[in-house]
Amino acid sequence: MEPDVSASDAEILEPLRRTTWRFYVLLAGLAAVVGWGVYAYSWQLREGLSVTGLTDRVSWGVYISNFVFFIGISHAGTLISAILRVTRAEWRRPITRMAESITVMAIVVGAGFPLIDLGRPDRLMNVFFYGRLESAILWDFISIFTYLTGSLLYLLLPLIPDLAVVRRSVALGRFRSFLYTRLGGRWTGSAVQKRSLEKSIGLMAVIIIPVAISVHTVVSWIFGMTLRVGWHSAIFGVYFVGGAIFSGIATILIAMAVFRRVYHLEKYITPLHFRNLGALLLVLDLVMIYFTLSEYLTATYGAETRDVAWVRILSTGPYAILFWGMLLGGLVLPAFLLVFRRGIAGIVVAAILVDVAMWMERFLIVVPTMMTPQMAFTWNLYTPTWIEWSITAAAIAGFALLYALFSKLFPIVSIWEIQEQPAPAAEPAATEQEAVA
Amino acid sequence: MSESEEPEEQEMEGSRRRFIRLAVVGVGAAGITTLFSSKLIEAVGFSRGDVRAAAPARRQWVMLIDLKKCDGCRKCTEACNTEHFVPPGQEWITVYEVQDEFGFRYFLPRPCMHCENAPCLKVCPVGATFRREDGVVLVDHRRCIGCRYCMAACPYDVRAFNWSEPPHTPEELAHTYRPEAPWPHRMGVVEKCMFCAHRAEEGELPACVRGCPMDAIYFGDLREDAVSNGREVLRLSETLRRDHGFRLKEELGTEPRVWYLPARRD
Repeated sequence: MEPDVSASDAEILEPLRRTTWRFYVLLAGLAAVVGWGVYAYSWQLREGLSVTGLTDRVSWGVYISNFVFFIGISHAGTLISAILRVTRAEWRRPITRMAESITVMAIVVGAGFPLIDLGRPDRLMNVFFYGRLESAILWDFISIFTYLTGSLLYLLLPLIPDLAVVRRSVALGRFRSFLYTRLGGRWTGSAVQKRSLEKSIGLMAVIIIPVAISVHTVVSWIFGMTLRVGWHSAIFGVYFVGGAIFSGIATILIAMAVFRRVYHLEKYITPLHFRNLGALLLVLDLVMIYFTLSEYLTATYGAETRDVAWVRILSTGPYAILFWGMLLGGLVLPAFLLVFRRGIAGIVVAAILVDVAMWMERFLIVVPTMMTPQMAFTWNLYTPTWIEWSITAAAIAGFALLYALFSKLFPIVSIWEIQEQPAPAAEPAATEQEAVA
Repeated sequence: MSESEEPEEQEMEGSRRRFIRLAVVGVGAAGITTLFSSKLIEAVGFSRGDVRAAAPARRQWVMLIDLKKCDGCRKCTEACNTEHFVPPGQEWITVYEVQDEFGFRYFLPRPCMHCENAPCLKVCPVGATFRREDGVVLVDHRRCIGCRYCMAACPYDVRAFNWSEPPHTPEELAHTYRPEAPWPHRMGVVEKCMFCAHRAEEGELPACVRGCPMDAIYFGDLREDAVSNGREVLRLSETLRRDHGFRLKEELGTEPRVWYLPARRD
């Protein structure tokens, strides 16, 4: 039968039991930002996309960058829980839930952006009525919906045993009691149930990896399938997937640091987790440096006119500061931090740098290519407006809001999975002190 | 595993089989339906081509622009704007000023290329952009969702977007919209040159051809191998060969239906 929740897991359930006033202040703050974004969007709905900085020449901008960025972030869950599960990396257990929930929320927020970018959102259903499989946008619709469905399943399955734990150990109101019963009420913890749960999770872990890879590959193909300089490149698929996993790891690291501190989870999320993920972040950092070098060297060495025009805009144009900032501050500096500052603080700083840089990278993929002249011989300029920034801020706040609410509804650390962990991966206390210092 | 759980196990096994069988049949049916839905829809008569194939396939409309004659007055753009009530800020035929590597300056009017292998058409998620049998590439503004993928895909910067509600005139509003005569204009959709498909129906030359005081723009039929600027008729193939005709960005393989004659030639 189900093992009882030992007193030692009380910290995990604590956020579900008690909510401090600070949490409500945070909720109110995030909700205010989201509300402001909704107001900005209502403005856009009324006046049209003319309220953005977009023009006929630079017709995609911040919204599409956000789309690529958030879908990229969503790869956190896949990497941590699926790849690490398939390779039986046991240390993953305390962070799987955090990672899987990032995936679902980032897809929800990210998938909203192409819709915000639509000139005629009222005709969205035309995609179902008249959808053409020849269009990469259709590929995107299909793969993102598949990914969202798969990720929801993959989040829900390992939640089921924990819901039983929560129902037994936390005094519940009617809403939560209803929710947990609907989601996992028939869980008894019998051997048969456990076996099918393990099988299903194992199966989903294998299925979700190719689905996740396909998602970001297809996102890249939206750009890669055009005949535009800077987009029409075979490296795009892997470049996007690499960047996605890179920013996904960075995001999970930030989430770990926040939850560890706010919910006092130091016992579960140890320096070991930061170090292991930090090592993965470093590997992906090097992979990204390699991809970036390959891409720009190939473009500039042959010095085709169009390629040169594009690289010139990137490196000396109005967004040159983003370009150099991304390369030096977002790829090179984090690599140094991850090698020489292996404490939690150093790793988290590197993760923040990486996330900021990966947003800039997405922006630099979308915008400078459209600025590169195809017919006229002047740069097409683009300056995002307050509407675009407000909606972007609302998306980030919305993501945090969903995450905060999730952590109040469900245990943010998977209780049953850490209980079943074979060997304790506990760190000696000395290491922790050393790492913090 | 204890004895008592055996039956439960078997029952689950059975229900799982049923489930898998159902899932396979379901996915298969969905797949086949998707694959053949366009064929089905056409067969039933809700043709996705609807009014679109109505143009006479005997014709293959083409344009020829003599850059030597063009003096950059932009009267073609004006005539086009008036003809189609083109929203302010848009040009369906743009006149670029170009300088070649020897410092020679000339003008390059650029309508839609009506590519045979149109990159814009390929990427449209809803089939709002379509190609008639006479080679004219049109946009159905009633279907366009405004994703602007076609704008990103067009190598000739042809397409324009209605970023806000265009100003209307009573005359424009009185007209009944159809893709061949695409006004009244509306917010949130992509617009472009439509080769004056509505004028071709009447046997008229496009507005830009009529509006050009230099008679630099010719319009005609590839099958007939003839183009006219309203004053003279040229044999297209012969003219192209004699005067070194070319197309823009030939290397992309888009197969434009607009040819140019060089600005500098004997």
